[in-house]
Amino acid sequence: MSKLEARVGIRMPRVDAPETVAGEAMYTDDFYLPGMLFGAVHGSPIAHGRILSIDTSEAEAVTGVKAVITGRDYNHVLAGPFIKDETMFATDRVRYVGEPVAAVAATTPEAAREAASLIEVEYEDLPAVLSIDEALAEDAPVLHEDLASYFCTFEGKGTGNTLCAGDLTEGDVDAAWAECDVIVEQTYETGAQHHLYMEPSGAVAEPDRQGKVTIWSSLQSISLAQQRVAEWVNIPMAKVRMVAPRIGGGFGGKGNAHFQPAAAALALKTGRPVKLMLTRSEDFEMMRSRHPSRVHMKTGAKADGTLVAREFEVILDCGAYADDSPGVVSVAVLMGRGPYRIPNIRARGVGVYTNKLKAGAYRGYGNPQVSFAAEQQLDELAEKLGMDPVDLRLKNTMNDGDRWLGGQPVAVSSAAKCLETARDAATAAPALPDAGPDRKRGLGYALFSAPHGLLSTAANVALRTDGSIAVATGAVDIGQGSDTILQQIVADALKLDLDQISFASQDTDSSPYDWKTAASRVTYMAGQACLNAAIEAREKILVHASDLMEVAPGDLELRDGGKVGIVGIPEKEITFGMIAGRAHYQTGGPVVGASEIMFETPAVDPAVAQSKGLAFSKVGAYSFGAHAVEVEVDEVTGEVEVLRAWCVHDVGRAINPAMVDGQVIGGFVQGLGYALLEEMVWDPDDGRLANPTLMDYKIPTAREMPEIHSIILETPFGDGPHGARGVGEPPIVGAPVAIANAIANAIGKRPTVMPMKPERILDLLDGESA
Amino acid sequence: MTRNIPVSLEINGDPHDLRVALSDSILDVLRDQLQLTGAKRGCNQGVCGACTVLVDGRAVRGCLTNAAACEGEAVTTVEGLAEGLTLHPVQEAFVEAGAMQCGFCTPGMVLATAALLSENPTASREDVVQALSSNLCRCSGYQVIIDAALAALETGVEIGGEAGA
Repeated sequence: MSKLEARVGIRMPRVDAPETVAGEAMYTDDFYLPGMLFGAVHGSPIAHGRILSIDTSEAEAVTGVKAVITGRDYNHVLAGPFIKDETMFATDRVRYVGEPVAAVAATTPEAAREAASLIEVEYEDLPAVLSIDEALAEDAPVLHEDLASYFCTFEGKGTGNTLCAGDLTEGDVDAAWAECDVIVEQTYETGAQHHLYMEPSGAVAEPDRQGKVTIWSSLQSISLAQQRVAEWVNIPMAKVRMVAPRIGGGFGGKGNAHFQPAAAALALKTGRPVKLMLTRSEDFEMMRSRHPSRVHMKTGAKADGTLVAREFEVILDCGAYADDSPGVVSVAVLMGRGPYRIPNIRARGVGVYTNKLKAGAYRGYGNPQVSFAAEQQLDELAEKLGMDPVDLRLKNTMNDGDRWLGGQPVAVSSAAKCLETARDAATAAPALPDAGPDRKRGLGYALFSAPHGLLSTAANVALRTDGSIAVATGAVDIGQGSDTILQQIVADALKLDLDQISFASQDTDSSPYDWKTAASRVTYMAGQACLNAAIEAREKILVHASDLMEVAPGDLELRDGGKVGIVGIPEKEITFGMIAGRAHYQTGGPVVGASEIMFETPAVDPAVAQSKGLAFSKVGAYSFGAHAVEVEVDEVTGEVEVLRAWCVHDVGRAINPAMVDGQVIGGFVQGLGYALLEEMVWDPDDGRLANPTLMDYKIPTAREMPEIHSIILETPFGDGPHGARGVGEPPIVGAPVAIANAIANAIGKRPTVMPMKPERILDLLDGESA
Repeated sequence: MTRNIPVSLEINGDPHDLRVALSDSILDVLRDQLQLTGAKRGCNQGVCGACTVLVDGRAVRGCLTNAAACEGEAVTTVEGLAEGLTLHPVQEAFVEAGAMQCGFCTPGMVLATAALLSENPTASREDVVQALSSNLCRCSGYQVIIDAALAALETGVEIGGEAGA
């Protein structure tokens, strides 16, 4: 296969690595434009209240202040991806501490912050609901009294503080319990995790005299941010240009718009560039979190281990606005069966409003929460049945051609292979030296899946006049390396070196549409689009070559470095440059390949399942993974140390295995933080986030990092480029529950609340419910 | 805020006569006055390490280091490591090991590694983990970063010197 294989399947460094290590990569906060003003946001100090008045006069009097804007300066435009319930600034009512009420632009950051603090807002306090139970109480204050009138993209809008509710049923659960020899039933809770991308969120906006505003912002989607600016600032999308600079991490938190509209509004109002960067604490208080959850689950099996029935309800605490919550609820429902054959399922997913920061997309998207319950239930069943937990899983894993919960066919299932590989690796590893006194070791497993795909994307591949290739896609590289991977795919299709490719930065003025860097979808979706576009360009190149060389296209081959030759005649070849010259100046016109694709397979097949109220009708294709984790629990302090992990992921085809390892190991460690350390805590008295700093919200450091083995499986899969599947999210689905199962294996007691902090482990050891 | 304190610094080998405010950190001066943006403002609280710079060869938190107190000191930022177009061996090691994803922590990690290598050229893996454990990364899980630092150690790099050994 000569150099074909040298472009796909190799561990090549990222194309942007040199500028990154040199400190020259330009992130949002690195833009310093001539005449630039600095923005600051005034956030609500209370969790719930009516705005009686806003007085900006003192703020406007601060030296250097050029503009103060509030919601009253803009039409009351409600926006949101599923339920349109949120405005740019709170106008009549605030619903969480930190909710933006006004913004300021001034000549220095200090003046902007001082002015923002001098905005006087008079509130009438309303009682706040800060938990699922408080939100669902009969006499609970209702956050969104106009919910019934909000525009909604799906059929499952709720009432009261229930923003959405959906159901999915297969088989006959009520009758099936009678067939079960063992049943386990438990309630599990998980906490709020912050994305904690290292780069705080923000935007730089520059207006021009045609009324257009250009925005550089840390984001995961130029198209969605552009659309939201247009909606909230009330200008056409034609007047909004969104550009992706280097992005310092996202993990879902920057997937929908954030402060791009406020920055754009300030820029348009002042006629000057405005930089609006959140401080770390503001980012904690004003962006998004992972949904806290409560999952009640019941699973039954026959004495031989055959799974028969499962019923579960997942309730997500969505915070003050819907944002991505209906989607997250849907995915939690669809993932609640896991990669197993269980013929009878009844599932319900509910999202509730509370007076806290809005929860949104976060790597895993509802799947880690429901998997924390589901994969523990299998261990609980195994214990009751006296079976090995891996054997129980293997007895029930789905096979090729089985259907996912809801009925979507899974052509290729490598679930069993993933789990067997993880077990083989863990059992083959040499045992560690004995643990010290009062320390207990345990090994835990998780088998899981995650969807990848979702919605649409496009790409263009064009031949330039010198024979080099220009690639354009709207898919933003948020750090995972897609700029490199997509270039590898195009280089492979056209037999080029990477330095013969110009890869365009993502810019709504020139890039083809991409929905979002999310849902583990960029390699799978944008990769397909880039490959299709490259193949179309290749066909056109071959037609030109055929005319030029007077041979049938079938007798031609691409040769390394941008050449076309006659098969079997090494000396007969022409360059892409010669072809480009003909196309641009003589006949045919410029060579452009273009591709537009959409993920079209429905998640729910009405012949298989009955569903109502789910926000997503299509979520993506399913990929598989399995983790084996070894932990050590200190019975005196309650601390859990993760010692070793074997993380197996079937990625179909690893276009760049180094980047797959990066997703797996990075995702595992983020999951370790979620499992053991990380929890946003709101003060029950005033609804204020109690730990909005890195001093008080701890994430894993190099010291917490265990020995992690990333094991890549490559079972080619359908339509992905070279058979590739998504791998961004799966690692964080498996890590927390594999750790939970390992803890239970170590101490003989089962953690049901995450994060599994030392005090909770001590409570468990003391026999109290954790 | 008045910038009325004169400060003379050597930054990446060049002399700079600056005026700073009493509250200015060296990170404020580097970024906002000089547009040396390699040092990042990740938390502005001394926790994340993305603002790491070298002051007289020692890795410090740019956001916690008072600019006025640096009078006469030599400051090295990530922009000062490469010799023109030739990357510093620590930077090369990070490229080769693929020791980055989003890259926001990378300048701090590179400088923390460079400082460790000049202070302790025979650092063990444990020493590397200890030295880098005060710089946060959210993407990578650290393994590749530790690998890169160890690879740089093997080449026997010293800050400001050539790769040797």
